[in-house]
Formats: sequence, structure tokens, C-alpha cells
Amino acid sequence: MAADTTNAPAKIEAGTPAWLRGLGGLAGFALLLEIAPRVGLVSPYYLPPFSAIMVALFHELMSATFWTALSDTMRAWALGLAISLIAGVVVGIIIGSSSLLRTLTYSTIEFLRPIPSVALIPLAVLLFGTKIESTLILVVYASFWPVLIQVLYGVQDVDPVARETARCYGLGTFAQIRYVIWPTMLPYLMTGVRLAAAVALILAITSEIAIDTQGLGREISQTESGGAVAIMYAYVIVTGIIGVIVNLGARALERRLLSWHPSIRLDTAGAVR
Amino acid sequence: MNGAAVLVRRVAVLLALPTALIATWWITSAGSQSFYFPPLQTILETFVKLWLSPQAVPNVVPSLLRFAVGYFAAAFLGIAIGIPVGASRHLRNTLEPLLEFLRAIPPPVLVPVLILFAGIGDEMKTLVIVFGCIWPVLLNTVAGVRALDEVLAETVRSYRIGRFARLWHFVLPGASPQIFTGLRQSLSIGIILMVVSEMFAASNGIGFALVQYQRTFAIPEMWGGIILLGLIGIVLSLIFRAVEAWLLGWYYGLRRAQRAN
Repeated sequence: MAADTTNAPAKIEAGTPAWLRGLGGLAGFALLLEIAPRVGLVSPYYLPPFSAIMVALFHELMSATFWTALSDTMRAWALGLAISLIAGVVVGIIIGSSSLLRTLTYSTIEFLRPIPSVALIPLAVLLFGTKIESTLILVVYASFWPVLIQVLYGVQDVDPVARETARCYGLGTFAQIRYVIWPTMLPYLMTGVRLAAAVALILAITSEIAIDTQGLGREISQTESGGAVAIMYAYVIVTGIIGVIVNLGARALERRLLSWHPSIRLDTAGAVR
Repeated sequence: MNGAAVLVRRVAVLLALPTALIATWWITSAGSQSFYFPPLQTILETFVKLWLSPQAVPNVVPSLLRFAVGYFAAAFLGIAIGIPVGASRHLRNTLEPLLEFLRAIPPPVLVPVLILFAGIGDEMKTLVIVFGCIWPVLLNTVAGVRALDEVLAETVRSYRIGRFARLWHFVLPGASPQIFTGLRQSLSIGIILMVVSEMFAASNGIGFALVQYQRTFAIPEMWGGIILLGLIGIVLSLIFRAVEAWLLGWYYGLRRAQRAN
């Protein structure tokens, strides 16, 4: 293990490139999904061959149902994430800027945070039925906490000298937030955004499965109970692809917004430590 | 004397806001005629009667049992698979995109998928928890093993320390901070899946009971279930923290010492 890390630079040139190996891994998995049902390892009713799933996916891509479901899911995700971001940043800056508020709210935040958002499902159903508000309650409750916690860390990390300097130069509250707190907080916030974006997607789909609000999750549970198994798998693959896009997008955004920050600059130079 | 005063003050500060919030809820909801928001007093009375009595056992025990079995199986499998994958660069390069994809699938979609294979019994719910919780543990173990200190790795090799000793005294402790990050993420995913799998299809469990109360408009009972789930979430995270502090105490101590320098 040690040998292959120390010799790594020399070997990378010679061996198969990493992306090709990764592609091979994905292709191998697809092949497994194709062969397992064909040789009877699993019943093709439970797991249709990969090619059948792809055909189903192709058909779905042509249908309006798919695109409506996709846009419903993404709308709930984006709205919920936006609400948590704004609320998390505003509340985080207010609480984080005062040590009194920080100590007073600490126990309450630590108490509310681990409450699973799915506990709110029955309440959401009673209040909003299967409307988008039900999804939003779950999404916002789940993704608000990572944002808030990261913003609190970030605001606490502000250099006292920088803060005093800003105050001496007579910067107003908003100028202080903009030029002193924001740049310090941004790396922390981006970590929060990354976590929140993934959690928001999970909860959006959860709500569609458990509450039956419009979206991809509902299509999955309906195609399952309707016996359209290949279509169900097609939707599962789509949710996975969306998940990957969300993760990669959040990471790309982080790198772009923080290109000036030492952690990213070092990372791209290869010196992680 | 002074120490005691400081302690009292600290406890008072910790409890001030929660007390104020609960008191506000109690007072504003007292005598509430709203159907969906009954008085807190009624909720708590129902909660005690329903969930803190032997009556709760047939729903609470199966839920927690499925959670525990699924979570520990996922933790074991995640670490067991993560170590060889993290240790070999080729294996890592080959599997990483696939693992990232599998991880990105929102775990609750596994509920309908696994119903096909395992019906709606305990197996399905436990498997859902295993499949949902394994990815954060697995990927964090891979990252942790990959980032092991190279000098230490060389030293272990030079001294020809055996496989098992190397695993137990070097690889596992070295990767444990990362592994715990994964375990923590899995904890909340596991609770979500425990509830969702029971809401979707079940004959017992907390999630099942919660949906029954909601469908029959037994509102105080439903609120009691929400409080119970909240408490379970909090207690599990406290237990997790205690275990983490116990097993990773050396690591946090090290970090603190490094920061002090």
C-alpha cells in the first residue's frame, strides 16, 4: 500500500488512467446487472436486465410524465434549499455575532438538530396534504441545520483584529458583514451548502415516496406497486444521476467561489496538508 | 463555593431558552380549540400514557431492533469493504465512480425496490437501513485509509508487523476519525429509513403507528409520536457522541495539543 503511494507519480503515466478504470468499474456493474437476471441469478421480474431498464428509461425520456416529475422534484429541492440557505445565513450571522445569543441558543440548537425531519411527515400531511408545502417543510427542516451550524462556526472564526480594525475605520454593520464576516464565513458556508444540497434531495424524494407529493419519488412508488419494474429502476437511476450532479455541482461551485481561498489553492496544487 | 456558582450559572444558561420555548408553547396552546394544535398538556398526557407504558413495546422495540441490526451491519460491511478499497489504488480508481453513484441515490427509493425482493417484513426494513447507511461509512473509510500517514506505513512495513496487528494497531485507529464522520452521517440516514420504511408498508413500528394516528385523526397521539421520534433522535446522537468521545478521545486530545502549539 505504501509502495503504491510513493511510486504513484511514475506509475500514473504508465498505467491505465484513473477515469478509464472508473468507467470500467461502472461498465462492469452494468454488465453484472445485465447478466444476473439473464442467467437466473435473480428473477428478471425483480431485476430486469440492464438493457431493458435502459430501454424503459429511453421511453420515459420521451414522455411528459417524466419531465413533469423531474421538474416537480427539482423545484421542491431548489425552493427548500434556497429557504434554508437564506434562513441559515441570516439566523447564523445574528446568533454568531453575539456571544450571549450563542451560549443561550446552544442547547436548543443541539436539541432540535438531531430530531429526524421525517417525524414531521404526519403533521405536514395534515396541514398541507400532498401539496408542495409538505415537501418544503421536510426539506427545509433537514437542510437548515447544516447551514446554520456551518455559518455559526464561520462567524466565530472571524479574526478579532480584522473585526476591530473594521470597527475602527467606522464600517457600518452591513459593510462589516460584507467585508469581514462574509469572506471568513464563505468556506464554512460552502461546506454547509454541500451537505444541505444532498440532504435536501434525499428529503424531497422521501416526501414524494412517503407522502405521495408530485415528483420522481412518487413515480418510483407507483411504478413499483403497478408492476412496471423496469420503469421503476429507470427512475432510480435518474435519482442517482441527479444526486451525482448535485454533489459535483456543489463541489464545482465551492471551488469557483473559493478560488481565492488557501484551502482550494493548496488542494489544486496537490499539497493537501 | 465559587465553582458551584459557576456550574449553576452554566446550567441556567443552557436551560433558559428551552424552558422559555416550552413554557411559551404550554401557555399559548393551553385551552387551544385548534384541531391540529392541541394543548401541550394534552399532548404530554397522551405521550406518557401511550409511549411511556408497556403499550408502546410492540411498536418501539421492533423499530429500534431493525435500526440497530441494520446500522451495525452497515457499519461492519462499510469498514470491511472500505479498508481494502482504500488500500489499493487500482481498486479505488475502479470503484470510486460506481460508489459515488450508488451513494448519490437517495436511500428512501430503496424502500420500493427492496419490497420487490424481500416483501414488507423485517428483512426489507433492515436491508433498507443497511443499503442506506453503508455508503457514508464505506466512502469515509476509503478516504481515511487513503490518507494514512505514509511514514507510519513505511515504519510498520519495515518492522514487518503482521497483517492483523497492522490492521488493529495502525489502519483502524488511523482511519477512525474519518470512519466516525461516516458513522455519524449514517446515523441520521438510518433513523430516516427506519421511519420511512415503516410508513410505507408495515404492520408494526413507530412510523407505522404514527401514520395510523394521522390517518385516524388521533392528533394528540400523533404529536406524542413526533415527540418520541425527536427524543429517539436526540438520545441516539448523545449515545453516539459518548462512544465517539470514548474511542476518539486520543485523537481530539492530540488535535487540541497541536493547536495549542
